[in-house]
Amino acid sequence: MSTRLIYFAWVRERIGKPQEDVELPAGIETVADLLRWLKSRGEEYEHALQYPDVIRVAINQEHVEHREKISGAREIALFPPMTGG
Amino acid sequence: MPGAVVPTVRIQAEDFDVAVEIARMTQGRADIGAVVTFSGLCRDEAGRLAALELEHYPGMAEAEIGRIAAEAVHRWPLQGLTAIHRHGRITPGENIVLVVATSAHRQAAFEAANFLMDYLKSRAPFWKKEHHTDGSQGGWVDAKEADDEAASRWKQAVPKRN
Repeated sequence: MSTRLIYFAWVRERIGKPQEDVELPAGIETVADLLRWLKSRGEEYEHALQYPDVIRVAINQEHVEHREKISGAREIALFPPMTGG
Repeated sequence: MPGAVVPTVRIQAEDFDVAVEIARMTQGRADIGAVVTFSGLCRDEAGRLAALELEHYPGMAEAEIGRIAAEAVHRWPLQGLTAIHRHGRITPGENIVLVVATSAHRQAAFEAANFLMDYLKSRAPFWKKEHHTDGSQGGWVDAKEADDEAASRWKQAVPKRN
């Protein structure tokens, strides 16, 4: 099952695309695992995810912590801290 | 009647009219004693800023503000609650965000509007990018720690209504 990854703001700019569908390798169980795996996919990902602690994540359009399990996620969004309002 | 209020949440590129939104909530009603509105506008940062570009996460923006608004309606005895957030290019002097809370007495409306704005700033998926008047490359606005602190103060402040 492929998972849709969506990027916003400077995460989107640094990775160089707004979204992509990926096949997650076995062993990627949590958000933290996902960030670690993504970071190893190339320079642009390394640049975007250099400080994983600041990256905010939403699964199926709801905020989650980095320890959250990602099994069954259709849509995972990665973005910087929000600055609306 | 607690629990019966359904908040109105709109995410839109176009501007809004504060008076129209208030009228929409108060017309034909005689049970509202207080209307509190908060409007957030785009500043020019002493002439430095040409415009803000507001990026958002379509779908989640509505959903997240809806969740915050539902929490506000649950906590305070409101007669109505409206939240509107704009996206896209916004120039200095223009509206960005509107919150209108109505209640029988002022305290609930003040607190609910304040709560909604505090949470919206740290949890609604919007990101501001600056465009400068001198043509120099603007950057993404940094999140403020003060905004997270403002949101966290509500965790103890108000007991939930049953």
